[in-house]
Amino acid sequence: MEIFGIPIQAMMGQLLIGLINGSFYALLSLGLAVIFGLLNIINFAHGAQYMLGAFGAYLLLNKLGLGYWGSLLVAPILVGATGVVIERTMLKPLYKLDHLYGLLLTFGLALIIQGLFRNEYGSTGLPYAIPEALQGGQNLGFMFLPNYRAWVIVASLVVCLSTWFVIEKTRLGGYLRAATENPQLVQAFGINVPRMITLTYGFGVALAALAGVMAAPIYQVSPQMGENLIIVVFAVVVIGGMGSIMGAIVTGFGLGLIEGLTKVFYPEASTTVIFVIMTIVLLIRPAGLFGTQK
Amino acid sequence: MASATPTPAAASGVAQTSTPHSAAGTHRVAFIVMALIFIGAPLVGVYPVFMMKVMCFALFACAFNLLLGYGGLLSFGHAMFLGSAGYVSAHAAKVWGLTPELAIALGALCAGALGWVAGKLAIRRQGIYFAMITLALAQLVFFFSLQAPFTGGEDGIQAVPRGKLFGLFELTNPAAMYPFVLAIFLGGFLLIYRIVHSPFGQVLKAIRENEPRAISLGYDADKFKHRAFVLSATLAGLAGATKAIVFQLASLTDVHWSMSGEVVLMTLVGGMGTLFGPVVGAAVIVSMQNYLAQLGAWVTVVQGAIFVLCVLLFRRGIIGEIGHLLKKSL
Amino acid sequence: MKRNALWSLMAGLGLLAAASAQAQISGNVVKIGVMNDMSGLYADIGGPGSVVAAKMAVEDYLKATKSSLKVEVVSADHQNKPDVGSSIARKWYETDGVDMIADVPTSSVALAVNQVTKDMGKAFVNTGAASSDLTGKDCSPNTVHWLYDTWMLAHGTGSAVVKAGGDSWFFLTADYAFGHALERDTSEVVKAAGGKVLGSVKVPLGTADFSSFLLQAQSSKAKIVGLANAGGDTINSIKQAAEFGIVKGGQKLAGLLVFLPDIHGLGLNTAQGLNITEAFYWDLNDGTRAWSKRFAALHGGKYPSSDHAGVYAGVLHYLKAVDAAKTDDGAKVVAKMKELPTDDTLFGKGTVRADGRKIHPVYLFEVKKPSESKAPYDYYKVVQTIPAEQAFRPLNEGNCPLVAKK
Repeated sequence: MEIFGIPIQAMMGQLLIGLINGSFYALLSLGLAVIFGLLNIINFAHGAQYMLGAFGAYLLLNKLGLGYWGSLLVAPILVGATGVVIERTMLKPLYKLDHLYGLLLTFGLALIIQGLFRNEYGSTGLPYAIPEALQGGQNLGFMFLPNYRAWVIVASLVVCLSTWFVIEKTRLGGYLRAATENPQLVQAFGINVPRMITLTYGFGVALAALAGVMAAPIYQVSPQMGENLIIVVFAVVVIGGMGSIMGAIVTGFGLGLIEGLTKVFYPEASTTVIFVIMTIVLLIRPAGLFGTQK
Repeated sequence: MASATPTPAAASGVAQTSTPHSAAGTHRVAFIVMALIFIGAPLVGVYPVFMMKVMCFALFACAFNLLLGYGGLLSFGHAMFLGSAGYVSAHAAKVWGLTPELAIALGALCAGALGWVAGKLAIRRQGIYFAMITLALAQLVFFFSLQAPFTGGEDGIQAVPRGKLFGLFELTNPAAMYPFVLAIFLGGFLLIYRIVHSPFGQVLKAIRENEPRAISLGYDADKFKHRAFVLSATLAGLAGATKAIVFQLASLTDVHWSMSGEVVLMTLVGGMGTLFGPVVGAAVIVSMQNYLAQLGAWVTVVQGAIFVLCVLLFRRGIIGEIGHLLKKSL
Repeated sequence: MKRNALWSLMAGLGLLAAASAQAQISGNVVKIGVMNDMSGLYADIGGPGSVVAAKMAVEDYLKATKSSLKVEVVSADHQNKPDVGSSIARKWYETDGVDMIADVPTSSVALAVNQVTKDMGKAFVNTGAASSDLTGKDCSPNTVHWLYDTWMLAHGTGSAVVKAGGDSWFFLTADYAFGHALERDTSEVVKAAGGKVLGSVKVPLGTADFSSFLLQAQSSKAKIVGLANAGGDTINSIKQAAEFGIVKGGQKLAGLLVFLPDIHGLGLNTAQGLNITEAFYWDLNDGTRAWSKRFAALHGGKYPSSDHAGVYAGVLHYLKAVDAAKTDDGAKVVAKMKELPTDDTLFGKGTVRADGRKIHPVYLFEVKKPSESKAPYDYYKVVQTIPAEQAFRPLNEGNCPLVAKK
């Protein structure tokens, strides 16, 4: 059976691969959606922080002998901590100014981080092995699915949905959402709003780093890995709706699928299709698919 | 940009303690100084091609600043005008055999046309959404430049002839090329000056400061913003088209989004919303890339550090700070 | 008085004679500029190693011939961008007194430097650019093209693989001029040898994830998956092919442009069995071995890529030509380089043709299994030696304007 000239088996394989890539987009745009949606900070350093997560995993393995599973926990915490420092020292003074400055600052930070790592490690990628437990794969009939990639989809879904749950359905999430709407009032209730904002930024950064650790075994660990990804992730967040967590998750996975299909029918355009979609969405529904106009 | 928080241009602007006459006087002096520097530099031994590069980027930054500093609109995709004009003028000079001034004019016009379309799409939205649409459109232009056969993909359009200006002056001779580029740069700069100080420019500033009020006064804000966008695009195209003839090459670098980032950096360093700021910013950034080239990847680090420092400490930029000290707007 | 004047006159004439006998070297120094990608995708293939190779060549030449030439080597990073490359070339030629540019393995930059060099009458000894246009329609009297080009790669790997039974191909092609050229040339070879091209997919440059394209290759059921890409793209596609069980599933990979450092980065586990065509390998003979060990000592223990060897040989031959032609005028030196046969420890005997193409024998290698390798960098075994006349495109097929039509 064929769809548009592609046998259905091949199509299913491509869609599955699209989902795998979509998991990364979802994880990354989740962190960005948290930071932008809730804190109104345009974090252009997100790609560099993703790269830091991957390098963190590499360094933890090669310098401290800490394997993949440990790095999954430790690397995001370390990178998240750097995020906390950045927020406290550099982003805080800019809140009363135009968003533009936060954007320029984080863009500058991204350049610094990437440049430093390029100097140290060069541009060719560094190897990072797939953890033993996840090597090999399953023959699904229509394709051979590496175990690690299946793990990526599962882990990403779990992280995304738990984050969404915490922010939308728990009290802590409620405080956070209230604090971004009306900081003074919430502060008056005795909640330490600045600290919550700092920790939330750190959490968003940690999510980026987590995506980086998960990317390390399958993509090259290289200083540029976040560079091209960052504008795609921004596009995802914009399409999903700047304030919406679920929007970012759904759009992330959705983009993975659409990109997967594009790779079959018009592969040269696979890196550009997101921007076509973004332009269309912004013209029809400027607040994004799931967003609410603020 | 939200009017509640200070816009970047307003942050660098200064309360007018000088009368319009003396402001124009300061500007005249500054302009003459700038022109003299550009005229004199190659005579004292500065490499002329380097100065021409500075002038092209200075014009690009000034065009960008027209939109950002005076219009209050941050575009993330200005490279699309620089690069597409470069491709058009390169193709016109090489394949159609147009004389350089015609090739450059054609390039600028095409950039303007692109700006007309892009502006129609982008002006509908504000703030970060406006920026993201310009970025998306620029990425589409990049994709087109990559795929279209006439642009030469990764190779770019190479061996672009400099040609004979007006069919008379052989431009491979630096003694002819340099004054030509200088004339374009100074001309473009003066044009921007006129635009900024014209009634159109005043309305633009009003819209930037408080759009609802401007609308309530009867001005069609979108139309003004669109016109500013097209002007900015055309002048950016002029810079790009000239650059393609000077370097005899049009390449993907000029449509890549990092080029859009660089022009923001130039404007920020020089001073947003000032007239001479972008020129200084362009000179600083181009010089830095040139003289620090041996340091390889350190250039990126230094650029990033400058970004960070400017945002945290020198928001007004170089010219903005000088203007603040002298209590004049430059 | 008169005698003094006579003596001065004679001394003056003597000096004049001596001066004209000496080479007319601009600025009295022969300056060589090594330009390549120092920090990006191709930094390990060329990069700082090429500068080491160039300096070795200068040293060896001056020591062996006791020539009176003064030679300097400078270097720059073109970041794989043609505008950066052409600016550096222009500045080098116009203000820095550089006489010859060496290396430039990125095709788009090489074409730009080729143009600037021709315009300014200097010399360009290119090693490692893939574009066969450099000795084809863009050939120039100021340029010599060493090492390989897409025609050689296509005919080397392509015909050998088809002969060995790989008669159905599917291409993963990097979506830019080099990738297209490589795919086109290899497809022609495959079809001419009686094979079939079952399909191809164009992959945007710098894609990190090849899974979708590899899946397409798998479902095509082609015997050979041809990788028409280079550098990081090649490494990524080979790694991910291993992950998706391409080779286990019975298909073979043909790396159309692979260098020794790429194999070093991949590791033999992943790269074993790969078919590669290269013009140089450190372990070919005693001469190459000795040179490579010297190189490694100067380059942090890393063994040379074929690009490094090409830079060494190219600079050596250039200096020989400068001395023989007694000038550093670009076109004259290059003409001399075409006149003089080449003979060095790395590439053996060869010549530079009228279109600027340097020809030498090339080798089809297969990457060893981990069990077959006894030391780091012991990665290749020779499957076939292709003689120089067969390895490169015939002189009259290139459309080079310099080649007289018969």
